[in-house]
Amino acid sequence: MEFEAVIGMEVHVEINSRSKVFCACSTDFHSPPNTNVCPVCLGMPGALPVLNRDMVEKSVMVGLALNCQISRWSKMDRKNYFYPDLAKNYQISQYDLPLCHHGWIDIEVDGEVRRIRITRAHMEEDTARNTHTIAGGMSGVDFNRSGVPLLEIVTEPDIRNAREAYAYLTALKQLLQYLDVSDCNMEEGSLRAEANVSVRPVGSEKLGTKTEIKNVASFSGVQKAIDYEIHRQIEVIRSGGTIVQETRGWDPDRGVTFSQRAKESAHDYRYFPEPDLVPVVVDEAWEERIRQRLPEFPSDRRKRFMTQYGLSAYDASVLTQTRPMADYYETMLARGVDPKKAANWLMVELQGRLTEAGLEITKSPVSPDHLARLITLIEDGTISGKIAKDVLNQMFQTGSDPDTIIREQGLSQISDTSAVETVVRDVVRNHPEQAAQYRAGKEKVFAFFVGQVMKESRGKANPAIVNDLLRKILNEEGDA
Amino acid sequence: MTDWRWADAITVRDAVSAGTVSAEEITRTLLDWVDEVDRKVDAYTQVWREEALERARNIDARRRQGEPLGPLAGVPIGLKELLCTRQGFTTCASRILAGFRSPYDATVVRRLEAADAVFLGKVNMDEFAMGSSTERSAIKVTRNPWNLNCVPGGSSGGSAAAVVSGQCAVSLGSDTGGSIRQPAALCGCVGIKPTYGRVSRYGLVAFASSLDQIGPLTRTVEDAALVLDVICGKDPMDATSAPLPAPEFLNATRTGDIRGLRVGLPKEYFTDALSDEAREAVLNAVKVLESAGASVVEVSLPHSPYAIAAYYIICTAEASANLARFDGVRYGFRHPDAKTMEEMYDLSRTAGFGPEVKRRILLGTYVLSSGYYDAYYLKAQKVRRLIKRDFDQAFEACDVIAGPTSPTPAFEFGAKTDNPLEMYLSDIYTISVNLATLPGLSIPCGLSRKGLPIGLQLIGKPFDEATLLRTARHLEKSGITDIGRPPLA
Repeated sequence: MEFEAVIGMEVHVEINSRSKVFCACSTDFHSPPNTNVCPVCLGMPGALPVLNRDMVEKSVMVGLALNCQISRWSKMDRKNYFYPDLAKNYQISQYDLPLCHHGWIDIEVDGEVRRIRITRAHMEEDTARNTHTIAGGMSGVDFNRSGVPLLEIVTEPDIRNAREAYAYLTALKQLLQYLDVSDCNMEEGSLRAEANVSVRPVGSEKLGTKTEIKNVASFSGVQKAIDYEIHRQIEVIRSGGTIVQETRGWDPDRGVTFSQRAKESAHDYRYFPEPDLVPVVVDEAWEERIRQRLPEFPSDRRKRFMTQYGLSAYDASVLTQTRPMADYYETMLARGVDPKKAANWLMVELQGRLTEAGLEITKSPVSPDHLARLITLIEDGTISGKIAKDVLNQMFQTGSDPDTIIREQGLSQISDTSAVETVVRDVVRNHPEQAAQYRAGKEKVFAFFVGQVMKESRGKANPAIVNDLLRKILNEEGDA
Repeated sequence: MTDWRWADAITVRDAVSAGTVSAEEITRTLLDWVDEVDRKVDAYTQVWREEALERARNIDARRRQGEPLGPLAGVPIGLKELLCTRQGFTTCASRILAGFRSPYDATVVRRLEAADAVFLGKVNMDEFAMGSSTERSAIKVTRNPWNLNCVPGGSSGGSAAAVVSGQCAVSLGSDTGGSIRQPAALCGCVGIKPTYGRVSRYGLVAFASSLDQIGPLTRTVEDAALVLDVICGKDPMDATSAPLPAPEFLNATRTGDIRGLRVGLPKEYFTDALSDEAREAVLNAVKVLESAGASVVEVSLPHSPYAIAAYYIICTAEASANLARFDGVRYGFRHPDAKTMEEMYDLSRTAGFGPEVKRRILLGTYVLSSGYYDAYYLKAQKVRRLIKRDFDQAFEACDVIAGPTSPTPAFEFGAKTDNPLEMYLSDIYTISVNLATLPGLSIPCGLSRKGLPIGLQLIGKPFDEATLLRTARHLEKSGITDIGRPPLA
């Protein structure tokens, strides 16, 4: 019997609001424990939540970008359970009336477009963080994260394999970063992905029992975990077993999923409407104002890069991978450089150096203006392409502009024909043997002369002029 | 010479502002009286003697320097145990918060302080405001100043008893189902529960968030209006506080008359459940209004019989979540024998909460449970909407509703503690007002044959506290509300 997998994703995204969702505390991730706290996010007696407007607007942006319907009227609810990282022992979330619902996102796998439906995106607060590494066998709770704004994005079970899951996560992350609503940093927990996985015989309409894969640290980890889990479930069923509904973790070293806890069938969160907050009302005018703030989406920008700048599909895709990269590129173009040369220098030369240094484009020591200027200096013959790479190295190390580096180190190319001619004549005179070989038809020797001239001029001679002059002078001397 | 123990807040404020008496003298007089009489009444749970005197001296000094003083200059105030104060403790009269110090002041506390009030201390209540007799306090039992064998009502029993026994001019209480109005009626003072949203709840330790409202207990109607002026208004820290301009209640109380006022008497409030003497006193007060030019109409609140049931579903549901934070993790009582996380929760909460609080947490947890939610919580919310609609319709025929505050005068200790349902029935006339988020006011309208106060309740349209105050002030001027002082000295 053939099986197919049915996969739905739940992604928690930390919205990059400066303050927490229900109080004015900072959301800074790097502060010392329990410094970004107040009576509200500590769940002190008598404290009340007040919903952060920025959180609502950014959530609506995500909803619109995911083609969701935005609820004109939604509400917050209390989700009740006891745990020390939950300050009030209830989490303020959204239950039956989420802010965004019924959306979709297109993903591409092997050149084929698949549409993944979005069930809902709802606002909630993050919990605190428990630590168990305190002296004396005690556990501690850091409430800095308590009340950090989260958006939970849930898909329909439309995903059919691990590669699609990976493509979905990548597309979602790209979109969120384009919207500038989240850092999407999995290591810092600002993006957390969970996969609900089940299998069923091909052709069957009925869903199999699902397992929930949690706490995976990377997108590729999610992909591997889903792959493993699909095979595991098929094996279990083929060998006559049944799938247990449970939460499973992922062990990246052994490459296996493992049971974390069985889902208590009686887990009852006793949701009810949060009486401390008023309904969230997003009228048409507000939705429209938020819509106006939406940036160009990655897929649209990619197509535009191809038509407007004549880039290949591959180049356009790389350059629109992140919004900062695309913005960097277009800032360069605003300085009037050739789109293809700009693409090449950005994607190959600068990106190579960034990757080596482990830097994001946003942290590039070379500004788009400076990189564009460097290309202009090659175009107008001030420096050669080879020298330009050395100049870029120095720009990368010092953050300096190319003109300063070229001036201070006297790197500008010798394009003065008479100066180059003197060097060429000297070189030809000093190597009569090779000159004779050339004239005898040994074309290979020409490269030797170019090398010698470049060496004598310490690389600054304009290669085109060197070529012309060498041929002229070598042939001249032969005529004499 | 004025006896400052029995002076109203406006008299105190005027004298202190004019410098005819020092705030310190008034404060000292009151504190000395607390030392003496509270041995009998037991209204205070904490007395802040030194801090109060220090604050009074500070107010006097500022007056001498010519600084203008606030509208409550030197007014001695007692705060209910569930209002968060950085000073002293905030225990909610519960073992689970014994010794708890709040890191911040409630918004109402900050507003009173800015108005130059002097806090004498905190007063007793039923644990977490769950009760109608103050017998559910984990700290002590408060007595009714009119009869020390009777309860002062609750949950703001300490607030009412303190005001009536001359131990403060004003106290703040909170009202979830009648907790200001019922003790005001049983002790014989003025108590107003403002419209839901009128006063910020920030720093009020929540019992039932959609019903709770803070309000003053005072000896005069004008004092209630004055205090309301100080504490009401939008608070950015409370999303449910109403963004309405401050309405100058004191002016509204002093101006205008009640000619043409339509007074509605709900027929469902005058049944056999109401004692004869309460009925007589209430109708007598209504006659006073009628003779001043008000018209009286019968109105109907047909869903009243379902109010108690709906209330005890909604308030317990909310309470079960609100009280979940008392877990021994961050503050409050943590049982010393707890060895695991589960034990920390179980032992701390089992030993920390009293029986009535536990009963309500269990009830609330039950009605929210999967499979029961629709039958209980959802249905109760529907009933709540019907009750609200009853009032909307009644207010088409009248401007204010008059009726009893409590079915009976104060009862004796222990009379209802073994029968929670009978205790719950103490609030049959007050609970609907919270469910409908309306303003309600209780004012004395006579004494029973046993010499216990009887309260008249006035219910108003949303945010129309002004009509309640104006009507109550008219009754006060007629003399009918003057029941004298309790026999204490």
